[in-house]
Amino acid sequence: MAELKGWKDIPIGGLVVEPGSAKKYQTGTWRVLRPIFQSENCINCMFCWLYCPDQSIVVELVDGKPKMKGFDYYSCKGCGLCANVCPKNIDPKTKQPVADEKKAIIMKPETDFVEE
Amino acid sequence: MPLSAIDLAKQFYDKNPGITPGHRLCPGCAAPTIVKIALMTAIANGYEPVVALATGCLEVSTTIYPYSAWNVPYIHNAFENVSATISGVETAFKAAKKRGEIPADKKLAFFAFGGDGGTYDIGLQSLSGAVERGHKFIYIVYDNEGYMNTGNQRSGSTPTGSDTTTAPVGKKMSGKVQLKKNIVEIMAAHENVYVATVALTDTFDFMKKIEKALAFDGPSFIAAHSACVRFWRVADDQAVETSKLAVETLYWPLYEVERGVYRVTKKIKDPKPVSEYIKSQGRFSAMLKRPDAQEIIDELQQYVTARYERLLALEEATKDKPVRGPWSKKDVQTDEHAM
Ligand SMILES: Cc1ncc(C[n+]2csc(CCOP(=O)(O)OP(=O)(O)O)c2C)c(N)n1
Ligand code: SF4
Ligand code: SF4
Ligand code: SF4
Ligand SMILES: [Mg+2]
Repeated sequence: MAELKGWKDIPIGGLVVEPGSAKKYQTGTWRVLRPIFQSENCINCMFCWLYCPDQSIVVELVDGKPKMKGFDYYSCKGCGLCANVCPKNIDPKTKQPVADEKKAIIMKPETDFVEE
Repeated sequence: MPLSAIDLAKQFYDKNPGITPGHRLCPGCAAPTIVKIALMTAIANGYEPVVALATGCLEVSTTIYPYSAWNVPYIHNAFENVSATISGVETAFKAAKKRGEIPADKKLAFFAFGGDGGTYDIGLQSLSGAVERGHKFIYIVYDNEGYMNTGNQRSGSTPTGSDTTTAPVGKKMSGKVQLKKNIVEIMAAHENVYVATVALTDTFDFMKKIEKALAFDGPSFIAAHSACVRFWRVADDQAVETSKLAVETLYWPLYEVERGVYRVTKKIKDPKPVSEYIKSQGRFSAMLKRPDAQEIIDELQQYVTARYERLLALEEATKDKPVRGPWSKKDVQTDEHAM
């Protein structure tokens, strides 16, 4: 979190001069549920990346192809939209959620991670 | 041609097109994804986006001092005048181009975003004026069907039977009693305009319409279904599902009107009953407990069915009959001021 500045340190007029400075603001502390990535089930379709409202899906290019790498927990608010849109989380035949171990993203209560 | 999710990720995986993380919209809010998809489409097509924003959730949550989530040129003015503001920005750009201060081949895309309150109600006259003057901009209403930033007040866009603080459901009243205002038809009634509806469930259709708007020689208006998970009282992960149901029940028909020519871009063969949409959201649950609930749903069903049939008929009737031919250059009034 950026520190609060005194009046002599802020730009004249209180302007915000740095584009995208909100990146410094940690919204990850809002999370009630934590998305967990199970890479073995991922087909790198990028749906989670496309829909995440907080741009918290970490993607890297491997041989020129985008690969899902996990989550940026500094900003991820735990909405679960990524898990909801993930095609691997639904059985194509029954249209029902598949077992947790077959999913590519599962949502777990943040309280499971309190020691961290 | 819109890019696939994979090709978009390839181009934008390490960028934050439009807004960065750290904005303070509610978890799961649909609005930031609408912005992202629109701006990625513009950038992928070689435009540099410029954004003006009306007051509302999107504006308030992305610009909390001392931060800004915007990483493109951005201006906020007031609740009621975002279209007037973007008109000025667009005209200033043309003037600077004319004076040779900006390279002639520079491609900017001017976007104005507004909530439904800022569009259907309070910003309607400045929007109508800017469209009538023919400024080249793309107006996108992220329609969450209420004044949400101030805590869920009724707007001209709020649907019948929805519970809001200013039209609450109680013993005497069933929430909002009027139908949602048809803003798409109002905007389509302007001359030389491209108007379309979009929903998150169909990003391909969404991006195609943004591409059309970018290429269109005149103003465009896009109405985007934008779930407010907070006040629609749905789970945080439901923004895309609600938009899917909205399209499948004909609550939110996907269509476009280009200079008076209608096109239904997604035909729904066996629409689901609109009650499925209503029953999936908590904002209707108080209404559903009333004895007249079935009546309200039946009326809404009649309305959405009739509206869809009318759209199909308009598509047939207006085929190849634009009401105004392509915009002739000497008509561009905004150029008069661009000295
Ligand atoms: C002239 C004026 N009246 C009232 C307000 C207070 N106000 C700020 S945001 C807002 C609600 C905006 O609703 P909408 O445009 O639908 O956007 P949303 O917050 O729902 O995204 C209101 C009433 C204001 N800023 N200016
Ligand atoms: S949506 Fe699911 S399958 Fe697709 S990239 Fe994300 S985690 Fe992988
Ligand atoms: S839980 Fe929500 S914020 Fe977090 S990565 Fe998934 S979609 Fe993004
Ligand atoms: S109140 Fe609704 S529209 Fe506003 S940020 Fe929250 S979910 Fe989004
Ligand atoms: Mg609103």
